[in-house]
Amino acid sequence: MGKVLMVNYEKCTGCRLCELVCSVFHQGVSNPSRSRIKVVKWETEGLYIPMTCQQCQDAPCMNVCPVKAISRDETLDYVKVDQDICIGCRACVSACPFGAMSFDVVDRQVIKCDLCDGDPQCVRFCEVKAIEYVDADQMSGLKKRDAAYRLSVAEKEAAVLLQQM
Amino acid sequence: MALNRKIAYIDLSTGTIETRPIPLEARKKFLGGRGLDAYLLFNHTQKGVDPVGPENALMVSAGILGGTLASASSRTHIMAKSPLTELLGSANMGGFFAPELRWAGFDHLVIKGKAEKPVYLWIHNGNIEIRDASHLWGKTVTETQWAIRKELNDEDVKCAVIGPAGENLVRFANVMTGIKDSAGRTGMGCVFGSKNLKAIAARGTMDIKISYPKDALDYNKRFITQIVSAKVNQTQGTLGTPFIWGATNSWGGIRTRNFQYNQCEYADDIEPERIDEIATETMGPYHMAGCFGCQVHCRAQYKIPSGPYAGRYDEGPEYTSQGAFGGEPDCKNAVTVLTGNHLVDQWGVDNLEIGSIISWAMELYELGILTSKDTDGLDLRFGNDEALLEMIRRICFRDGWLGDTLADGGIRASDKIGKNSFDYLIQVKGMNNLHSDERATPALALGIATGSRGSDHLRSRPAIDLYHLPEEVLRKVYGNPVAYDGPLSSEHTSYEGKSWQVLWQELCYMGVDCLGICKYHTTFLGATLPNFEDWSRVLYYNTGLEMSPRDIWDIADRCYTLERLFNLREGLTRDDLRKGDTLNHRYFDEPCLRGAPDVVGATIDREKFTKMIDEYYKHHGWDENGVPTPETLKRLGLDKEPSHLL
Repeated sequence: MGKVLMVNYEKCTGCRLCELVCSVFHQGVSNPSRSRIKVVKWETEGLYIPMTCQQCQDAPCMNVCPVKAISRDETLDYVKVDQDICIGCRACVSACPFGAMSFDVVDRQVIKCDLCDGDPQCVRFCEVKAIEYVDADQMSGLKKRDAAYRLSVAEKEAAVLLQQM
Repeated sequence: MALNRKIAYIDLSTGTIETRPIPLEARKKFLGGRGLDAYLLFNHTQKGVDPVGPENALMVSAGILGGTLASASSRTHIMAKSPLTELLGSANMGGFFAPELRWAGFDHLVIKGKAEKPVYLWIHNGNIEIRDASHLWGKTVTETQWAIRKELNDEDVKCAVIGPAGENLVRFANVMTGIKDSAGRTGMGCVFGSKNLKAIAARGTMDIKISYPKDALDYNKRFITQIVSAKVNQTQGTLGTPFIWGATNSWGGIRTRNFQYNQCEYADDIEPERIDEIATETMGPYHMAGCFGCQVHCRAQYKIPSGPYAGRYDEGPEYTSQGAFGGEPDCKNAVTVLTGNHLVDQWGVDNLEIGSIISWAMELYELGILTSKDTDGLDLRFGNDEALLEMIRRICFRDGWLGDTLADGGIRASDKIGKNSFDYLIQVKGMNNLHSDERATPALALGIATGSRGSDHLRSRPAIDLYHLPEEVLRKVYGNPVAYDGPLSSEHTSYEGKSWQVLWQELCYMGVDCLGICKYHTTFLGATLPNFEDWSRVLYYNTGLEMSPRDIWDIADRCYTLERLFNLREGLTRDDLRKGDTLNHRYFDEPCLRGAPDVVGATIDREKFTKMIDEYYKHHGWDENGVPTPETLKRLGLDKEPSHLL
């Protein structure tokens, strides 16, 4: 089983360096509109959520593609677009439930996360680790651990409150 | 490439807009950002221009590395003749505006004239449109931004805006972007207001080509490691700038009760840890935010926990708000600091200036120079939190005699108030000092006295002077990229070599301001942080422009002296208390009363201070009056200014 991108949006500081390095790595330019990752923001709530491809197992983009340009990469286990086959109809952009499929207005083609050949630049540059590249089985393991810890804290707090009552 | 961004000349009186490329020749002499703005200001204004008149030129710019892999390449610079000081107006802000301006195709805007009715500029992929802003007039900083986004139907639009203070021509109103990022000093918001310019909205999807992408990525990674491995930035990333408050206050470097004390006592509630506690309680454990591309993330998110504004979201407060709404007025309540911070963020006014000026008014009130008749019954004594917050409102809306008077800035207010009120005003060149007390640190005192935009800590402050670094470390920092073998002292109370340190920091900060990088990414608070050497490489990898560290130093030197020429043209003379390079008499006459043993009793020695200024002028190649000599102008290629290259 391949590795996956794991986003912990709580840690995101909203700096958008991931967007910048993504466009520099893939196109050699600074241009977030051509990035495969985007930090969606609710500024008045201080909420920043990096959105990128989930590499779905039953991928709507792959299912909807009329020319079968989208396939699963065997080595890195990600959803891949073959630009030679792609006709640029943007059906995948419509179908993606995460908005992770984008249309590059300069190159006139669909773009999506390709895990940067196994060294995702967004992960490389995110010092706060709001986005990490982990084994797929670890993803829920780490979450379980966090949730379990929160539970234990909640229980301890409840015990203290009970004592005070 | 990163150098193909354009300059636009916008005349709001006639509605004409002209777009031109920026010649490489201009880049090589002034780089971009603040440096090129200084050139434009000198070339596009006449001597004695009215700062709030249509002839004043207003520059809004991104640095030459804005939006590139330079780490924190987020800074927007704004320049004009200052309505507050009638000298150089210059202010700088983080956030996300400058990169967006560059993706929209522009590096520099030169705005002149005055629109008939309120307008905003809409800058989108190479086009600039002047749009009606009548419906935005009166809105707060954030309301304005969200309204523009809604109107343009684009959530990614970034705006530089003014709030009510700018509209009301408060002479120290600021320009803001996002929740709290402020081009705070010297009243650039007032210049916006005087031109009926409510906002500049930018949005772009144009490539900025990176010359050597792989090298730029690798070097940026290295750069970031260097930046975040500095302890000072780690602390900054946890507590924000309030972390500076704790040590500075216990040591005795915080102006309290205007200038009566140098330490705010019994102020546990506004300690950085307490502020952080409130941020954690209201926003959760991960409550730090960053500007574009920055891994320091020094901006805390918070909600006001109680009081009339309970539940309101804001960011900060910075160290400066702790001083402005805590130390100086001697208010010791975290909620007051957080509320004051929120009010200035919403109404768009310089927190440093307003806090300082209210504290001054408080001292005048306690001395009887201002009476309750002047304050319309407001009990303006120190430590009155409610009076402080009410006074912020009155100034921003020019409400009542005192609000209206203080809104014109300290010097004008002192002329109106009369008596000996001027003697108590802690200002240089008409701009009030932030809340730091420099009596025990001659280097810092020299910095505020000579800063080209008036009393300020971000112009030349050698903050590392307080770290008692070994002399060899100082030599390493201050001996590059030009050799220096004069005196240097690790002792912060000394006057030895401080003039060189101040000059070096001036050029260092000018350098980053031209590049468009944040000062926390250079030798400001940490001695191990990047400077000239690294910028030379970052500049090359990102833009292809080949410049040695020495070249960048020379450009900074040129730009700083150009700012000096502007100030001289507008009436700066060395010993003028209102427009010169000197300090209020209290620095020399009133000893520090609190703090550590090396602080208690400290004053600035007049004679040594004068000698320091002499040395400082000499290092710059200026004569004993602070006027650049003909040789210096020739050396810097400024002997033919104004040269109207742009």
